[in-house]
Amino acid sequence: MINKIVSSAEDAVSGIFDGATVMIGGFGEAGSPVELIHALIDQGAKNLTIVSNNAGSGHVGLAALIENRQVKKIICSFPRTAISVVFPELYRKGEIELELVPQGTLAERIRAGGAGIPAFYTPTSVHTSLSEEKEQRDFNGKPAVLEYAIQADFSLVKCLKADKYGNLTYNKTARNFGPVMCMAAKTAIVQARQIVEPGVIDPEHVVTPGIFVHRVVEISNPADESKLVAEKIRYHEIK
Amino acid sequence: MNRNLLRKKYDTMKSNDKNLGWNVNEMAQKVAMDIPDGAYVNLGIGIPELVAGYIPEGREVIYHTENGLLGMGKVAESQTEDPELVNAGKKYVTAIPGAAYFHHADSFAMIRGGHIDICVLGAYQVSEEGDLANWSTGNPDDIPAVGGAMDLVAGVKTIYVITKHCTKIGSSKIVKQCTYPLTGKNVVSRIYTDLAIMDVIDKKLYVSELAPGVSFEYVQQKTEARLN
Repeated sequence: MINKIVSSAEDAVSGIFDGATVMIGGFGEAGSPVELIHALIDQGAKNLTIVSNNAGSGHVGLAALIENRQVKKIICSFPRTAISVVFPELYRKGEIELELVPQGTLAERIRAGGAGIPAFYTPTSVHTSLSEEKEQRDFNGKPAVLEYAIQADFSLVKCLKADKYGNLTYNKTARNFGPVMCMAAKTAIVQARQIVEPGVIDPEHVVTPGIFVHRVVEISNPADESKLVAEKIRYHEIK
Repeated sequence: MNRNLLRKKYDTMKSNDKNLGWNVNEMAQKVAMDIPDGAYVNLGIGIPELVAGYIPEGREVIYHTENGLLGMGKVAESQTEDPELVNAGKKYVTAIPGAAYFHHADSFAMIRGGHIDICVLGAYQVSEEGDLANWSTGNPDDIPAVGGAMDLVAGVKTIYVITKHCTKIGSSKIVKQCTYPLTGKNVVSRIYTDLAIMDVIDKKLYVSELAPGVSFEYVQQKTEARLN
């Protein structure tokens, strides 16, 4: 019988191993799976390669994971935010590796990873420093850059509603990278604000079909990351 | 703002060379006048965001924000703020009736696939050939961050730049060749500054409008690139 529901965030992140590639959803705080990230800090896997649009704010969520020295490398489009302190400090010291990727290329590399497309050509970043060492080819007289798909061992995603089959809906712009990150990971781990009975989510309204999802945990009152950041809270103070 | 008030403002400005030309709101108004009814528009972070406030009555414009919303409304009032409803600058916004949410790959398919009509961006530098530098100053101490800028200039049909003509220390942002790292090559169609509006046609700059009280010679003097 299929039942992807697990009972705690701790169970949800079990098995994430040292050196794993982990995709983390969210655009800033919108869609950031704070509770799953904190469970990963408690779990302790190290030398992780993180794929995420940003590099965290304050001392909670992704920033706390980086601060706890669990991240070797981050693949990301915008590691600079108004209140990012952890990543800039480690980056300047040369203690974290950064692969900077244009946002749309990042999304498409992840989508391709989930869709079984090993690589693709895109006009984004042609004639810029970000494409200097990349293969290029002209299509219809216009240059394009070869970009490779990204696949992950795990993804951590936040959604609004989920059922035991892993069908998901999202909340507003918190959707962002969630659907493609679920597709591109061997094990997609999702925190849902609410778990509902199968059929409650109208099949016409399913955003991520359950086949892309492996574990679901209900976190009914997820932390408001911006509040935690504003109050200068650190992750270990939340417990 | 009515015309008399505007004129009064210009008069005060003219007395001070530093404040010569259009202010940012007037620049935004100029851009807004050039956005046609029915356009799908992406506005960059900062000064470009002001454009939304000046779309003339009778025109309907749909705003795209690349984090996953088509039909972005005004900035949210404090009581309706939703941390899961943000724009590309991570500001709390609203969605209009008829809006749509989508994931990032779809959002950038709209951009890269040429479905967005106009994008208005800020700039560190624009060259006379329409090259744009707006993502990095190349300073090794800065944390490199690119976001969606390169995707936007590669995919959106028309790119407008809105920027101050000169930097705070007075050097021209309209240059022969960008010295900062490029966002894209030959991508800008029109530049709106505090001094003039310039079109990029066949890799040359043509002044199409001068700010009140500003002469062509004055703009040329403030511009590293050659103006026509």
